[in-house]
Amino acid sequence: MDTAAGAQARLPIRSDMDLMWVRQHVRQMAAALGFGLVDQTKLVTAASELARNTLVYGGGGTMETTPLAEGGTPGLRLTFRDEGPGIADLEQALQDGFTSGEGLGMGLGGARRLVHEFAIESSPGAGTTVRVTSWVGRPPLRREEV
Amino acid sequence: MPEQAQKTSGSPTPEVRDFLRRRREQIAQRWADEPLFRSVFTVSRDEAVEAGKSVVDALAQVADAERVEDPDAAGFAAVREQLARMGAARSRAGLSTGQVSTELAALRPPVENLLLSDLQGASADHTRASVTVLNVLMGTLRVVVMQTALSEGQSLIDRQRLQLLEVATPVIKLWDGIVAVPLIGTLDSARSQVVMETLLETIVEQQARHAILDITGVPAVDSLVAQHLMKTVAAARLMGAECIVSGIRPAIAQTMVHLGLDLGNVVTRASLADALGYVLHQLGVGIVTPGPNGAVPR
Repeated sequence: MDTAAGAQARLPIRSDMDLMWVRQHVRQMAAALGFGLVDQTKLVTAASELARNTLVYGGGGTMETTPLAEGGTPGLRLTFRDEGPGIADLEQALQDGFTSGEGLGMGLGGARRLVHEFAIESSPGAGTTVRVTSWVGRPPLRREEV
Repeated sequence: MPEQAQKTSGSPTPEVRDFLRRRREQIAQRWADEPLFRSVFTVSRDEAVEAGKSVVDALAQVADAERVEDPDAAGFAAVREQLARMGAARSRAGLSTGQVSTELAALRPPVENLLLSDLQGASADHTRASVTVLNVLMGTLRVVVMQTALSEGQSLIDRQRLQLLEVATPVIKLWDGIVAVPLIGTLDSARSQVVMETLLETIVEQQARHAILDITGVPAVDSLVAQHLMKTVAAARLMGAECIVSGIRPAIAQTMVHLGLDLGNVVTRASLADALGYVLHQLGVGIVTPGPNGAVPR
C-alpha cells in the first residue's frame, strides 16, 4: 500500500477489491506528485472507469502507473492492459451513451475528458490497451480539443 | 526418499513414530519450558505439558500414516484448533508471524537431542535418516501453524467485509417523513444493493415522503456510482418518496461535469443541511429562532 511516488508499479485488476486498490493507489500517487484535489479526483475517477472496463469487458488485466517529468512538470501516466476480446469500432466505443454491456456508456469517453492525453489501441481478439496521462497544474482540455 | 533406501536403513519413519510415542512425556516436559508453550499456557505447567502431549500424539499419528511432508495429513486435525489458538495468542501478544515461526522452530532442538541420545550406537546413515524425518515432520508442523494463522486472517477479513456492508449503511430519521442515508466509502454493486434495500424498507416503516442520500463520504463518483444513485432514486420515487442527493463536493462536481454525468431531474444540494432546509421548506415547516422570552419550539 505504501508505494513511493517516483516508482513504477503494476497492479492486478481481477476483482472488485482490486478496483478499490487501484483507486487508492492512483490517489496516493497523484497526491504525492503534487496534483490538486480536483485533479486527483479526476484521475481517480478516470482510473476507476478504465479499470472497470478492463475488468468487465476485458476479463481482467493490469494497471501500470508511471510517474513522469517533462520540463520540471510532474505528470502521471496510467496504462490499462487486458487480453480480452478487444474493441471492433473504437469511434463507436468512445461515443457517449454507447455500451455493449449494462453501463451508462459514459466510461471511455468520459475518462478521455478527465485527462490531458488519451491513447487507445485495440483490435478484435487482441486485447485492449488504454494509456492516459495528466500533468500537474495544466488546465483541462477544452471540449473541442477532445 | 526412495523406498529402496528406506528399507535398507530400517524405515526411519516408523522409527521416529516409535520414538515419539516412547518419549511422549519427556518431549512434552521439555516443550513446556519453551517460550511458545510457557507464554500461551500461563495457568499451570501441567496444562502446557498436556497440550504438548497432544501435539506429540498428532506428530506420531502423522508419522504412522507416512505423511510427514503433508500439512493436510489427518493426524493434524485433532490439534489444528489448539495450534491455531496458540498462534493467535502469540500474535495478540504482539509477535510478528516471523517471530511466531522462530518460537516454533525452537521446539525442534529438544526433540532432536532426545532422538540423538536414543540413537547412540546406531549407524551414521541410520541416524541421519531418522533426524531428517524428524526435521521434515517439525517443518510440516510449522507450516500447519502458519496455515491456520493465515486462514484465521482470511476469515477475519471476510467477516469484516460483511460487517462493513451492514455498518456503513444506516438510515437515519431526520424529521417526521424525512430520512437520510449518509453514504461512506466506495459504492460498489453489493453496497449499493444493501443501501437501496434498507432505504426502501425505511421509507415504508417511517412513511417517509423525502429521502436524502448524502455522498459526503464517497471519495469518487464515477459512472457506475452515478448509475447506482439514479437507480436508488428511481426506486424510492416509485414508492412515493422524493430523493435529494446532497454532499456533492466541488472536486466531485467538476469531475462529474467532465465525465459527462448528469443526475437528470434529481434535486441535488451541496450539503446535508441545505438538503434538510429544502425538504422542510417543501413540507411547509419553518424554523423560528425563539425571542428573548418567547416560547421555545420543540
